[in-house]
Amino acid sequence: MKAVITVTGKDTVGIIADVATMCAKHDANILDITQSVLGEYFAMIMLADIQNLSIDFSEFVDLLEELGTKRNLVIHAMHEDIFNTMHHI
Amino acid sequence: MLNTHDILETINMIREECLDIRTITMGISLWDCVSDDTDRLCDKIYDKITTKAEHLVKTGADIEKMYGIPIVNKRVSVTPVSLVGGNTSPEGYIKIAKTLQRAADSLGINFIGGFSALVQKGMTTGAANMISVIPEALAETQNVCSSVNVASTKAGINMDAIAMMGSAIKRAAYLTRDNNSIGCAKLVVFANVPEDNPFMAGAFCGIGEPDTAINVGVSGPGVVASAIRRAGDCNLSELADVIKKTAFKITRVGQLVANEAATRLNVPFGIVDLSLAPTPAVGDSVAYILEGMGLESCGAYGTTAALAMLNDAVKKGGVMASSHVGGLSGAFIPVSEDAGMIAAVERGALTLEKLEAMTAVCSVGLDMIAIPGDTPEEVIDGIIADEIAIGVVNTKTTAVRVIPAYGKKAGESVEFGGLLGTAPIMNLNNYSPAKFIRRGGRIPAPIHSLKN
Repeated sequence: MKAVITVTGKDTVGIIADVATMCAKHDANILDITQSVLGEYFAMIMLADIQNLSIDFSEFVDLLEELGTKRNLVIHAMHEDIFNTMHHI
Repeated sequence: MLNTHDILETINMIREECLDIRTITMGISLWDCVSDDTDRLCDKIYDKITTKAEHLVKTGADIEKMYGIPIVNKRVSVTPVSLVGGNTSPEGYIKIAKTLQRAADSLGINFIGGFSALVQKGMTTGAANMISVIPEALAETQNVCSSVNVASTKAGINMDAIAMMGSAIKRAAYLTRDNNSIGCAKLVVFANVPEDNPFMAGAFCGIGEPDTAINVGVSGPGVVASAIRRAGDCNLSELADVIKKTAFKITRVGQLVANEAATRLNVPFGIVDLSLAPTPAVGDSVAYILEGMGLESCGAYGTTAALAMLNDAVKKGGVMASSHVGGLSGAFIPVSEDAGMIAAVERGALTLEKLEAMTAVCSVGLDMIAIPGDTPEEVIDGIIADEIAIGVVNTKTTAVRVIPAYGKKAGESVEFGGLLGTAPIMNLNNYSPAKFIRRGGRIPAPIHSLKN
């Protein structure tokens, strides 16, 4: 089971560190990161293994959203199946 | 393997183009609640609904969070109560409606459908009793929806039932006059009604359905409109392909959510309804799709052709994306719920006659249309009869949900709020069909050969 975590917003120091720390804290194993900064705009897509997540996925989603709000970013985590289902037969 | 483009496309559909799952509707059979005592019947209905759908709202919310896609409504549809109510008195049927409301309140669902009767060929005493109190039932509840099937291609058109419905619609408008006649927004008259429809106000759990089933309705006019915009100046064959591909993607998400809900609730998956259901939100309009296809305004000549193509492409794309398809499947054209339709009516481009023609090639029928409050009931009967005839002759579902807004005239508008939106009151041709309607009886079922 994997989750896609998307992070967008104004670039500041330590965004990846904060998101990665949240993942580590709850046993989400980061598998891949695609990240870029355009001007001041930060965008990142992270793929994480949530098989051994220590909390409920919905709780994890809430925690990431809270982190986003705190850092003035938009952070969403979605189960990978929505992407697989929509784009692969 | 996931790629960035796919991820961003999905996220964009949800955040910018209003993609959502319009409803997870749990069908619940009430056959085993039958009792000759109304109170006992009501108790059994309440217990069954609240037991079977106990976790529906929570499960919907959990799935919403898991996949990051809004699931706008969680609903329940039940066996048409006129079938399980039998010879219950009119007062008894109101009691049943209130029981449904109590169950809806307890579950926290958005709507409960099934205050319904199937009278295409004739009417039992029970069905007549139920239909006689539809206006009161709708006025005394908030979330109960009612539907009556008055015709089918195999049975013909029950004109006596249609005559009862014009009167019921008028009375529902009067009884809910303090609330913009909203009772009529919860009442729909059908021909060839589908038995697994997840959409309100016409949802009920049909007689051939299992004890429980999960039916899902998807949405996504905004996604289709954006895809058409991006396609640019292509020809109609290419445009049809663009719509098909988009409908496929939308429907796959519906299937995913339906499977997940069915598994979590331990209820069989029923169907996905391949629907393009608009909302009043900017950018979530079927009319905008038609305009994106090249019409100056929805309602212009060419609208019926554009809608026919859209509807067909949605079905072709959707049908491969889902293991079982059903319900109303197609593009919806509810006027009050579609910002583009409202604008088209207000600018005089879209008339009731054009809407009627459009219903011959798309899902459902004359939907969420406000008409003057002083419209005679025979004129409403005539509107219903015409629309129902289109469905019967063309072997398709059609329906009428009109709101004769009490005390209002053509040119004014009524605001229902939320997903029901705002309805401009449309002008009608008031020449009377009364003598034709009052003849009563049945219009025979149409012939199926000699097609012209």
